[in-house]
Amino acid sequence: MRNVRWARAGLVIPAWAAIAFLVVPLAALLVKVDWARIPTHLGSPIVIPALRLSLLTTTSTLFICMLVGTPLAWMLARSTHRATPWLRALVTVPLVLPPVVGGVALLMAYGREGVVGALVFHVWGWSIPFTTVAVVFAEVFVALPFYVLAVEGSMRGLDPRFDGLAATLGASPWRTFRTVVVPMVAPGIASGAALAWARALGEFGATITFAGSFSGRTQTAPLAVYFLLESGDPQGAIALSLVMLLISVVILGALRGRWLP
Amino acid sequence: MRLGPDRVRAPLTPARPAPRASALAIATVVGVAGCSAAGGTSGSEPPRHTVVMLAASSLTEPMTAIAKDFESSHPGTDIQLSFSASSTVVSQVNQGAPANLIALAGRDAAEPLNKSRIVGGTPSLARNTLEIATPPSNPGKVDAITDLSRPNLNVVLCAATVPCGKEAAKALSAAHVVAHVVSYEINVKATLTKVQLGEADASIVYHSDVVSAGDRVRGVPIPASVNQTLDYPLIRLTDDPTTVQFMAYVLSDKGRKRLRDNGFLTQ
Repeated sequence: MRNVRWARAGLVIPAWAAIAFLVVPLAALLVKVDWARIPTHLGSPIVIPALRLSLLTTTSTLFICMLVGTPLAWMLARSTHRATPWLRALVTVPLVLPPVVGGVALLMAYGREGVVGALVFHVWGWSIPFTTVAVVFAEVFVALPFYVLAVEGSMRGLDPRFDGLAATLGASPWRTFRTVVVPMVAPGIASGAALAWARALGEFGATITFAGSFSGRTQTAPLAVYFLLESGDPQGAIALSLVMLLISVVILGALRGRWLP
Repeated sequence: MRLGPDRVRAPLTPARPAPRASALAIATVVGVAGCSAAGGTSGSEPPRHTVVMLAASSLTEPMTAIAKDFESSHPGTDIQLSFSASSTVVSQVNQGAPANLIALAGRDAAEPLNKSRIVGGTPSLARNTLEIATPPSNPGKVDAITDLSRPNLNVVLCAATVPCGKEAAKALSAAHVVAHVVSYEINVKATLTKVQLGEADASIVYHSDVVSAGDRVRGVPIPASVNQTLDYPLIRLTDDPTTVQFMAYVLSDKGRKRLRDNGFLTQ
C-alpha cells in the first residue's frame, strides 16, 4: 500500500510541475496586463490590421490545408507502396525544420530570384515576397504537415473493410472517400484543423523571412507583438498577446468535447 | 485524464481519432519547435578572461575582425559577440543581460539605457552615414533618393523602432520623398539581405553596410544635405581588466583601421 502511494507521488509531482510550468507564463500575462488601458492599447494603429490580417491568412491557410491535405492524408494512409513511408517522412520535414529555415527555403523557391519564383516573375511580372499571398505560403508550409499527420493518423485507424464494403455496393473511390471515409474521420479532421490553424496563427519565423513585415499587408499578429515589444510598448504587446490567447482558447474550447478527444 | 485499459475495438465500428503513435509524434515535435523558438544565451558562468559584447548589427564585420585580432594577440581571452538592433541590445541590457561591453548605432539609441549600468565614459567608437543599397544589377534603376517613391519599386527599410529606420525616415522626410516601402525589417542586416537576395529593389542602410557587402550590392549616395550622421558610443558595463583592455584595443589605431576598412568614419 505504501509503495503504491510513493509510486503515485512519483508520478503526480512531476505531472503538477509540468502543469505549473505551462500555466504560470499564461497566468503572468493576465497579471501583468494593464486592464484599465486595454482598449487604448488594442486601438493602436498596428493592432487591428494585424488581427484582421491574421484571421484572413489563417482562414485561407486552413481552407488550403483541408483542400489538399485531406486527399494527401488519404493517399498516405491507404497506399501500400514501398516509397510511402519515405513520402510520409518528407511531408513531416517542415514540422521539425526551424521556421526561419522554412522562410529561407521559401525565398529560394518562390522569391523573385527563386527557382520557381523567377519564372513566375518573368512570365507574369508577379513577385510573391512581401505580399499577403507570401504570408499564406509561409503559414501553409508550416501548418500543412500538422494537418496531414493528424488526419492520416485517424484514417489509418479506420477499418479498410469499410472501403471494401462501399466498393462492393458499387461506390466509386471518390464516392467512398466523400461519403464513407471523410464523415468517419471527421473528429480527426477537426483536430488536425485545430492544430494546423493554431500553428498558422503562431507563425513568425517563416513569415518575417519570406513575407517581411508591413502593417495591414504582411504584419500578422505575432509579428506585431514582436514589433510592439521592440518599440518600447510592452503593454501593447501584452494586450495583443492576450487577445491571441483568448482567440485560441475560445476556438479550442469550442472544438473540445464534440471534436477533440 | 482518466487512466484505464485501452478500449477494445469491435469490428466494423469507427476508430477513435488520432492513434497514439501520430499523437505522440506531434506532441514531440511541438515540444522541439517550442524549445528552438526560445533561443537565448547558452553556457553558464563565463570563464575568467571572457568579454561578452553586444553590438549594433551594422558593426558585425569590423567588430568580428577586431575581436579575432585581439584574441590572437592576447592568448587566453575569449571575446563573445552578439549582434542585433541597437534597441534590442538596450532592452537586453535593461533586462539584466550579462554583458561587459556594448556598442550602439547612434547616441539616441543609448537614451533608454539604464544609466546605472554604465561604468566610466562613453567614448565615440566611430561615425556612420546612410546610403541606398540596390542589387548589383540595379533592376529598379535607382540612381537617387527621389527614385524611391516610384510605385513599381520594392523598397525595404529598417523598422522605425531601430536606429537605421529612424535615420532613414529623417533622410526621406528631409528629401520630401515618400518611399514605396513593402517591408520594415528588424535590423539593418536583415534589410540589406533582402537587397542582396534580389527580392527588394532598394533599401536605405549604412554606408558601412554597403562597403562590407562588397560587390554583392551597389551603393547609391544620399546627398549630404539630407543625409544623417550617427555617432556610435562604446559603453562599458563592468570594471574587469580584460574588458578595459579590450575596450582600449577597440579604440586603438589597429581597431580604428578595421572600422575604416569597413566604411566607418573615425577620428
